[in-house]
Amino acid sequence: MLDLSDREWRCIVTLLVSAWTIGLILSLLALGVYISYRVFAFPDITADGSITFGAAVAAAMLTRGMNPFAASGAAFLAGCLAGACTGVLHTRFRINQLLSGILVMTALYSINLHVMGQSNLPLLSARTLTTYAERIGRQVSGGDTAMLLGWPVGARELGSLLLIAAVVLLVAIAAYLFFRTNLGSAMRASGDNAQMIRALGVSVENMIILGLAISNGLIAFAGALLAQYQGFADVQMGIGMVVWGLASVIIGRALVGSDSLGSALTGTIMGSVLFRLIIAVALRWGLNPNDLKLVTAIFVFGALVLPALGVRTSRPRPSGRPARMV
Amino acid sequence: MLHLRNLTKTFFPATPNEVRALQGVTLDIDEGSFVIVIGTNGSGKSTLLNAAAGTFPLDHGTITLSGRDVTKWPEHRRAAMIGRVFQNPFSGTAPNMTVAENLALAARRGQPRGLGALLPAKLHAELRDRVATLNMQLETRMNNPIGTLSGGQRQALTLLMATWRRPDLLLLDEHTAALDPKSADQIVRLTQRIVSEHHLTTLMVTHSMQQAATLGTRIVMMNQGRVSADIAGADRRRIRAEDLVRRFEEIRRDEQLDVSAAEMLREMYV
Repeated sequence: MLDLSDREWRCIVTLLVSAWTIGLILSLLALGVYISYRVFAFPDITADGSITFGAAVAAAMLTRGMNPFAASGAAFLAGCLAGACTGVLHTRFRINQLLSGILVMTALYSINLHVMGQSNLPLLSARTLTTYAERIGRQVSGGDTAMLLGWPVGARELGSLLLIAAVVLLVAIAAYLFFRTNLGSAMRASGDNAQMIRALGVSVENMIILGLAISNGLIAFAGALLAQYQGFADVQMGIGMVVWGLASVIIGRALVGSDSLGSALTGTIMGSVLFRLIIAVALRWGLNPNDLKLVTAIFVFGALVLPALGVRTSRPRPSGRPARMV
Repeated sequence: MLHLRNLTKTFFPATPNEVRALQGVTLDIDEGSFVIVIGTNGSGKSTLLNAAAGTFPLDHGTITLSGRDVTKWPEHRRAAMIGRVFQNPFSGTAPNMTVAENLALAARRGQPRGLGALLPAKLHAELRDRVATLNMQLETRMNNPIGTLSGGQRQALTLLMATWRRPDLLLLDEHTAALDPKSADQIVRLTQRIVSEHHLTTLMVTHSMQQAATLGTRIVMMNQGRVSADIAGADRRRIRAEDLVRRFEEIRRDEQLDVSAAEMLREMYV
C-alpha cells in the first residue's frame, strides 16, 4: 500500500472525501430510519420510495430553474406527506406496518416517474446546492484545488463535504432538541410504552403519523441532497435504502453502546459514515458493485441474529419491554 | 360525579369465546368517595375500570364524569380527567426514559404538548422534591432509566404520576397484585395517603379482602358482569375481611348449586 504513486494516493483521497460526503448525506436517511425503527419500532419501508421522492421533487424543481434551497425544502415536505400516508394507513385503517409502507412505496414509484417525467433526470446544467458548495470550496481554498491533510482535493468536493457536514450538524442538533420537548418526548414515550402515554392523554396514533412524517421528510431531504451531489435523480435510486439505513443505525448502536438520545443520534451519523467508508474500501479492493445490496442485507441479517444466538453485542435492556433485535 | 349507567360489554360476540363481561352495570359514585371493587376472576371488575377509562367502546350504556358525557370519548381524551395505575408495574412507565422524564410526561397529562422543553430546571427541582417525599431514595436516581427500578418503586412513581395533576377520577387496577408483600404494603399506605390528601374520587380493584376491609368508604362486589353487592355507610364500617370471604363462599356455593342442579335435571330428564 505504501508503494502507491502520488496519483493513486490522490485518487484514494478523493474517494475517501466522496465516501465521507455520501456517508453524511445518507446519515440523514439513517436518522429517519432511527426515528421510525428505533423510536417507534416501526419497520418503515416507505423509505425506499421517499428517498427517491425527495430526489425526484428536488430534481424536477431544479431543472425548472427554481432555488435549490426551496427545492430541498419541498423535497422534505414531500417526504413528510409520504410518511404521513403510511402512518394514516397503519393507524386509521389498521393495515399492518410493513404492508402500509409497501403500499406507499409502490405508489410512489409511479408518482416519482410522473414527477420526473422520465426515469432519470440529469442535473448537470441546473443550479444546485453543489453550485453553492463549489463556491464555498473555492473561498476556503482560494482556487480550484484545496489541500486536505497534505493532499489536493477539488474545491467542489471540499465545499460539498463542508456544506453537508454543516447541514447534518444542524439537523442532528434540531433532532436532539426536538426529542427533548414536550411533543418529542411524548413521541419517544409512544414508542416506548403506548399504554402509558395514552393514559397520560396522548393520541399514540397521531404521534405515529407525525413521527413517520418527520422520518420520511428527513429521508426525502437526503434524497434531494444525494441527487444534487451526484448530479442526477433516478427512479431506481431508492432500492434497498431502508436496509442501508438499518445497517447504519445498527453500526451506530455498536459504536456508542448507549441508548441515550445524544449518543444514539451521534452514533447513527457515525454509523452511516463508517459504513460508507467500509463499502468504499471494499469496492476499491474489488467488491463487485452488483453484490453491494447482498452484502448489506447479509450484514443486517447477521446483526439481527447474532444477539439471538447468544453473542452479546449490547448491554441488557431495562426490563419492561421485550428487547428489540438490534 | 361518576355515573355509570347500564354498561354492557360482550367480548368476541357470537363466537365460542364469547365473554359477557359487563351485563348492565349501574353505579353512581360521589365526589371524594373511595370505592373498592372486589369479585372473583372474570367477574368483570377490571372490565368495569377499563370501561371507565375508555379502553374499548361499550355495547350499551353511558358514562358521565364530572357532568360531562364521556361515553364516546377516546381513551387519550378521557385521560385529561382520569389518573390510572395498572396491575403490571411495567405498564405505567416508559422503561427507556428517565425517572424525571416519566414524571414530566405525567405532569402534562391531558395538556397540549408543544415545543416547550419537557424538563425545565424548575420542574426538575419540583419533581425531585416530590419524589423525595416517597422516602424511597429515588430522588438520587432521577436521571436513570425508570426500567432499572424495581416493580414497587415503579408502582410508587406511577401513583405519583397518576395524581400529579389532580385527576377527577383515580383508577387503580389491582395495583399491588404483582408486588411482594412488603412493597404491596408500602404502595397501599402511599395510596391511602395520596387519596386522602387530595380527596380523590377513587375506584380501586383488589383481590385482597384485607385491603377491601381496611381501605375505602364503599365496597362494590362484582359477579358475572353484575354488581352483586354494594356496601356503604354503616354496613361498610362494620364489615371485616372474614365477612367478605364468606360472601365469596356463598357465591361459589350458589354457582356450584347451579351446576349440580343442572346435572341432576339432566340425569332425570334427558
